[in-house]
Amino acid sequence: MSNGQLTPPVGDGDHVAGPRDAPVTLVEYGDFECPYCGRAYPIVKNIQRQLGPQLCFVFRHFPLKESHPHAEHAAEAAEAAGAQGKFWEMHDMLFEHQRRLADADLVRYADELGLDAERVARELAMGIWARRVRDDFRSGVRSGVNGTPTFFVNGYRFDGDWTDEGEFLGALRDAAQAAGGQLRA
Amino acid sequence: MAESEPRDKGQGILEAGTQAPDFTLHATPDQKLSLHELRGRPVILAFYPADWSPVCGDQMALYNEILPEFREHGAELVGISVDGVWCHAAFARHRNLHFPLLSDFEPKGAVSRLFGAYRTEDGTSERALFVLDAEGVIRWSYCSPVGVNPGAEGILNALESLAGSRDGAAKRITAPNAKPESSAEARP
Repeated sequence: MSNGQLTPPVGDGDHVAGPRDAPVTLVEYGDFECPYCGRAYPIVKNIQRQLGPQLCFVFRHFPLKESHPHAEHAAEAAEAAGAQGKFWEMHDMLFEHQRRLADADLVRYADELGLDAERVARELAMGIWARRVRDDFRSGVRSGVNGTPTFFVNGYRFDGDWTDEGEFLGALRDAAQAAGGQLRA
Repeated sequence: MAESEPRDKGQGILEAGTQAPDFTLHATPDQKLSLHELRGRPVILAFYPADWSPVCGDQMALYNEILPEFREHGAELVGISVDGVWCHAAFARHRNLHFPLLSDFEPKGAVSRLFGAYRTEDGTSERALFVLDAEGVIRWSYCSPVGVNPGAEGILNALESLAGSRDGAAKRITAPNAKPESSAEARP
């Protein structure tokens, strides 16, 4: 049923690591409190290292807040950090401290990252970033996200086994080659 | 239970355009829910193999998260599996589910069979989705491979096209004075 196509495609509003015109764009829909996303985190890091400028990595929020009570605020904290220019630093911090994601922890991480932590606390309390997180969530539903993490490679859902780093990396290399081929054609 | 005939394996699940067979199942140990009670609004029937599948983003947990989107369409969501009421109760509590899980437990799988959504070889329901309109007619159905979580995109598309056809009907009714194009052309 689901053709598993990323909707909307990666755009200006997305958090991007790597060149936007890289031959491979990998999008993760993730939840900072999800243990499977925690497992994926070092795998993605390693893949980023391996592919270098060949890869553009994008993170979109998909907090399963009924299962994970801190996931929503963690996502909002990442956005709040992003507003101060440190989305990825917070993204890493959260995945590296998945078991400590209460509001006080989030504010402390903001402080440790040298952010205006009071502003982050205020924005969390006011739910400033809730809509942004919900927009990501909705786009995930639209795109056929069926659990966390769900990955999209060049716009299409990756249904292979991401826990097998070799397979994952192979699929990304294939996608890079296919994209390169299209460019030459 | 219901008057309709169970469907044989191989006939597949009930398709769009079919009136959904009515049924009554336990929603809690002391409460029953009948499909006809949900008339008047779209209904999503989500048959699934079993409670407690070992992933956190499982299908029912996912739908639980998407419930606000379903409710925006005025739709009711109902999960159905062959698990017993106590099992459902524990599962719903653990996953913090905000929609009913019906127990197709005795006679086992009878309702699943009516919808062509029973796996005789496993003794469980298929992973089958049905979107019913306000009159209880199936408007969309989909049977996913049992190991694949189908997500919610198909359900939302079906609910949107239901809303679209409702709006269309409303427009036809509320715009009786609209001139057909041919008469506009005939005017000087």
